[in-house]
Amino acid sequence: MTAAVDIHEAVKRYGSVTALHRVDLSISDNEFFTLLGPSGCGKTTLLRMIAGFEDVTEGEVRLFGENIARLEPNRRPVNTVFQHYALFPHMTVIENVAFGLKMKGVDAATRRGRAGRMLDMVHLSAFADRMPDQLSGGQQQRVALARALAPEPKVLLLDEPLSALDLKLRQAMRVELKQLQQDTGITFIFVTHDQEEALTMSDRIAVMSEGRVQQVGTARDIYEAPVNRFVADFIGETNLLEVDVARVEGGTAEVVLPGGHRITCPSATTAPGRHHLSIRPERISLSAEADLTATVDRVVYLGTDLQVMVRLEGGTPFSLRMQNAARVSPPEPGATVGLHLEEGAARLLAD
Amino acid sequence: MKGVRHYPGFLAMTIICLVVLYAPLAVVAVYSFNGSTSITQWGGVSLRWYGDVFTGPEAGRFGQAAWNSLTIALIASTAATAIATAAALAMIRGGVFRGRQASFALINLPLMVPEIVIAVSTLIFFSTIGLTTGYLTILLAHLTFCIPFAYLPIAARLEGIEGHYEQAARDLYATRAQAFRLILLPLMMPGIVSGWLLAFIISLDDFIITNFVKGAGMETLPTAIFGSVKQGIKPNIMAISTLMLGVSVLFVTAAYLINRKGQKTP
Repeated sequence: MTAAVDIHEAVKRYGSVTALHRVDLSISDNEFFTLLGPSGCGKTTLLRMIAGFEDVTEGEVRLFGENIARLEPNRRPVNTVFQHYALFPHMTVIENVAFGLKMKGVDAATRRGRAGRMLDMVHLSAFADRMPDQLSGGQQQRVALARALAPEPKVLLLDEPLSALDLKLRQAMRVELKQLQQDTGITFIFVTHDQEEALTMSDRIAVMSEGRVQQVGTARDIYEAPVNRFVADFIGETNLLEVDVARVEGGTAEVVLPGGHRITCPSATTAPGRHHLSIRPERISLSAEADLTATVDRVVYLGTDLQVMVRLEGGTPFSLRMQNAARVSPPEPGATVGLHLEEGAARLLAD
Repeated sequence: MKGVRHYPGFLAMTIICLVVLYAPLAVVAVYSFNGSTSITQWGGVSLRWYGDVFTGPEAGRFGQAAWNSLTIALIASTAATAIATAAALAMIRGGVFRGRQASFALINLPLMVPEIVIAVSTLIFFSTIGLTTGYLTILLAHLTFCIPFAYLPIAARLEGIEGHYEQAARDLYATRAQAFRLILLPLMMPGIVSGWLLAFIISLDDFIITNFVKGAGMETLPTAIFGSVKQGIKPNIMAISTLMLGVSVLFVTAAYLINRKGQKTP
């Protein structure tokens, strides 16, 4: 099946600065796909390349098989929800929503009907004749969505659309966006730096850093099986330990922990030598059958959880999470504790 | 922190400034309603000098001069506004190009060069290329020095309009021309109108440059007034001056209000 969007060896250079290094990505039809990364990682540049606001230095951008890399933005059947919405301030809400249809040459009656249905879909029918500056941030956001969806784009691009909203609204919009994507069946490409947003909504996520795609996978893939230090550290919390690899075979490695204890764990590399081990804090328990020995520094109360900060022998800081259950008594600072790595806690990274 | 109002001498300074600036204008405005033929003796409130402006012995001369002033101001400010709009688009939406800094200086040069220098050099230029001084030379000169006055409010307005609007329009299938006509131009309009009004007033009020390039027998309102004054100040001059003051205040106020209204919806 042809991919909705196929980025093929795309490079973007601004003078001597390279913003994107040979990016390859394939996004399926009807997928909620997220580009996730810190600011400056190239995610917005990539989105703007698909929209047509940045030209592609090298490589191809294919939309359902057709290379659109050289097309003007108005010739591309994709629409964008901008970070600050960019609603036209001199037009009413309904005129905003109908604008794309008008430019496509749809007749007045049809576009009024369709724009009305779009406003219905985002629950703003009552606001059709208001001006954008008479709406709240959340309402403007929904108008921007309706405006971008009204011309029935093949792909909808969303550039950090929730970042200007407050927390409660953002959480509600996540659910709404996901629902909207499923109802319309349109491919969504969503850009964000917020990992929680990415994990809760996406079918698949591309984690980006320094102009490269680091890993592509489902939320579970990138959380449970990160390939490198960047992904392991960026998604959730983790402990990174540099370890010696004793043996690596068929995706499983035997590594030597500080203190000499050996464990086997899944591996993202096939090369022996020294690599980093990622250990998720919530998969560690305090136990007598210890893989690691540590001294407690302090215990931080987080409500549902307790974060226990410890130091391994040799002084490496390390942290673990305990559920704040009634039967749990947290360790005292200064105490020596044994740490047990649960099944799937550790993963050997490629770097 | 104390506001500026609490500095010692604030009130006195303010009063001195206001008196120096506005007392002459107030005197002219008040005496334009003088009933007597003297310019210093008060002879009761009357509109006779306003009547004199429109029907008196000099009415024909002033009428022709006013017509010249208005048509020149209209054409020059409209053309200057069109040029200034194009210049603002190039400077602010044109990205980085060679000579951008130099272009900016060039556009705004008439604001910095002494007016008398422009007047002399413009006259020399016209005579060098063999253009006879008259209506056309006044128009061309006005058009030139009106550009920066139109440019400044237009550029300020355009700078406040984020690029996202045009991108959103292009994203929604508008061509470059449609994005400009349907989105950018309406958003720029308060700046354009206010630039046009300023240019119009600057052209209407200009004396020095006009006096140099007008040629014999051609008068605008300011040069006609100056011509009359040379033979002694009569109260009808005060009436004309007050009328011009009124038009200026009206236009500048309109420019200010339009610009301010525009700022509320960026």
